[in-house]
Amino acid sequence: MGGPLEPLFDVEEMELSFGPQHPATHGVLRVQLKLDGEKILDARPIIGYLHRGTEKLFEQEPFNQCIPHTDRLDYIAAPTNNQGFVVTVEKLLGITIPPRAAYIRMILAELGRISSHLLWLATHAIDLGAITPFFYTFREREEILDLFEAYCGARLTLNAMRVGGLPYDLPDGWVERCAEMMEAFPAHIDEYETLLTENRIWKKRTVGIGVISAEEAIDWGLTGPPLRGSGVKWDIRKVFPYDRYDEVDFEVPIGKNGDTYDRYLVRMEEMRQSVRIIQQCMDRLPDGPIMAKVPKVLRAPEGMVYASVEAPKGELGYFIVTTPKGSQPYRCHVRPPSFVNLQSLPVLVDGLLVADLVAVIGTLDIVLGEIDR
Amino acid sequence: MDQPLYQFLIIPAVKIVAILAVLLLVVAYLTFFERKVLAYLQVRLGPNRVGPKGWLQPIADAFKLLVKEDLIPSKAERFVFLLAPCLIIVPALLVWSVIPFTGETTVFGLLSEPIPAYLTDINIGILFVLGVSSVGVFGIILGGWASNSKFSLMGGLRSAAQMVSYEVPMGFAVVSVLLMAGSLSLVRIVEVQREAHMWFFLPGILALGIYFICGVAETNRNPFDLPEAESELVAGFHTEYSGMKFALFFLAEYANMLVIGSLVAVLFFGGWLRPFPNVEFLAFLDVIPPFFWFASKVGVVIFIYMWFRGTFPRYRFDQLMAVGWKWLLPLSLANVAVIALGILVKNHLLKG
Repeated sequence: MGGPLEPLFDVEEMELSFGPQHPATHGVLRVQLKLDGEKILDARPIIGYLHRGTEKLFEQEPFNQCIPHTDRLDYIAAPTNNQGFVVTVEKLLGITIPPRAAYIRMILAELGRISSHLLWLATHAIDLGAITPFFYTFREREEILDLFEAYCGARLTLNAMRVGGLPYDLPDGWVERCAEMMEAFPAHIDEYETLLTENRIWKKRTVGIGVISAEEAIDWGLTGPPLRGSGVKWDIRKVFPYDRYDEVDFEVPIGKNGDTYDRYLVRMEEMRQSVRIIQQCMDRLPDGPIMAKVPKVLRAPEGMVYASVEAPKGELGYFIVTTPKGSQPYRCHVRPPSFVNLQSLPVLVDGLLVADLVAVIGTLDIVLGEIDR
Repeated sequence: MDQPLYQFLIIPAVKIVAILAVLLLVVAYLTFFERKVLAYLQVRLGPNRVGPKGWLQPIADAFKLLVKEDLIPSKAERFVFLLAPCLIIVPALLVWSVIPFTGETTVFGLLSEPIPAYLTDINIGILFVLGVSSVGVFGIILGGWASNSKFSLMGGLRSAAQMVSYEVPMGFAVVSVLLMAGSLSLVRIVEVQREAHMWFFLPGILALGIYFICGVAETNRNPFDLPEAESELVAGFHTEYSGMKFALFFLAEYANMLVIGSLVAVLFFGGWLRPFPNVEFLAFLDVIPPFFWFASKVGVVIFIYMWFRGTFPRYRFDQLMAVGWKWLLPLSLANVAVIALGILVKNHLLKG
């Protein structure tokens, strides 16, 4: 309606520190906001409140002892963190792992992906005011954590993989229990979707919010569901298969509009695909050893290596530099997906309202553990 | 000479004490009821530790809030900060002076002649309710402003805008009932529904919908709970409040929920009347005290409130405004016009 009106009295921008202690920032993220009323003029994420020097710690531990530290990066989905690290070291040392180990790794990683997406859905929905999905998703997440516990004794920080394979084989009855859960799980996803997918308010809050085009998403280096939501078919499991992902059959769901709603749909479909992967892995689970023949003390050749896996949040990469005969990384850099995805926050929320900021933080699915490391 | 004293002082005093005591107890147990309902909607058990099956939980909560340290932020506007909770709780309780929760009663035969159970019946009852309950918004704005916190301020502002805009369609929804009843007195509205052989929700189904939605917005409940949107504004206008002052905000919210529920019952569902009050063969239902009918009608409304909370995400602020001004207001206006026309036609047909 015409040009900007002359304000009747002095109008000030309001600076608001959104976090680090705030229920919707998923940890200790702080967003420095400049507001005009409720409209966001500028949003700067400020990080570092959870910095623990993980990368430095890697430099002081033998390779296998680094693995517990990786658990604590994306503490929602520990298996993929372990997997990323061991895959990288195996690439460096040229180790091929036995098929049984690879399949069990994939089962664990996909269970981790489901549990991570369940947690994302729970918090995302609660951020937008729908409190009930939280309890439904936690019911299923609990079962997955029980499966983890039955496998390795830990529920969150699994420390469940080793360079060259796995520390433990699956206990008796585990496969049946997991199969039972996977049988029932798609119906549970339908249940969550009943609450949200066609809900008018849910659509109003998510459709067209935090839009990013495919080109922009690539320019910002987004990976994972935020990239696929914009319609880019990019999944490390497909394009650079690791473990035995080339042997299983699954779809990579993509969105169209690159908005919060499409990213929501992508993640929901990813959970269904993960179920497919797990079921195929369990059907084909070969017998055999779970550890390749590796020496007790791993000595790496001099060199540099980068390998990445598809973590629930996006591409999780490890870059390791080694010295000759080194038994530990000289330098290890982690490329956490949340860190890279978070930098697009100012673009995504530009011109939106404070309420949308919460939706966008939720849809990026960040974990501060891997952002600050 | 002691007749006037007895009539004008003691009976009202007893009634006030009784209403307040029952009201506060009901409000306390409403929180318990809500937590239980939400729990069962969400595959969990809800409070079940304090007392038998958790029945003492509200008492424990109230006690906890009473003995908690009562903080006032050092930069807060002290007087206004203290005034705000009073401004919000007083209207919430005051409204109950005119709500007719049951007709005339002899208190189970204790009194020789029946007395009205409600405190008073003023001839502008519904106007009084609307007027008094909108004073509560001052408590929210002032509380949000006096806390000297940005989150509180935004919560207060949101709340002010929301309550003011939703009062307009709410008012029109009430007007359509007034047209049918021809009176502003809440007691009279119920009586008219008995005489008309029809509860007003039948002709006023649209008005009922509008009134109910606006009621949800007025009491800041999900999906319109933006003023206290946890994930956005921490706790909205009462972020800085603790202890008993917080409890007053909380009590007021639930008391207001009860007010909306009561008004839905009174305006649309025949208040304390039993179902089909004029059908003879259902007369055996008169054994059940009228208060039961009133309470169960309110209970259903409150349950729907909780159901909403368990189901819906939250609207965004601008969407909320759009719903209020672009949908509810024109709808309610059209509804008033249609009902007025209907009454006009009916009166003409009767005359001619």
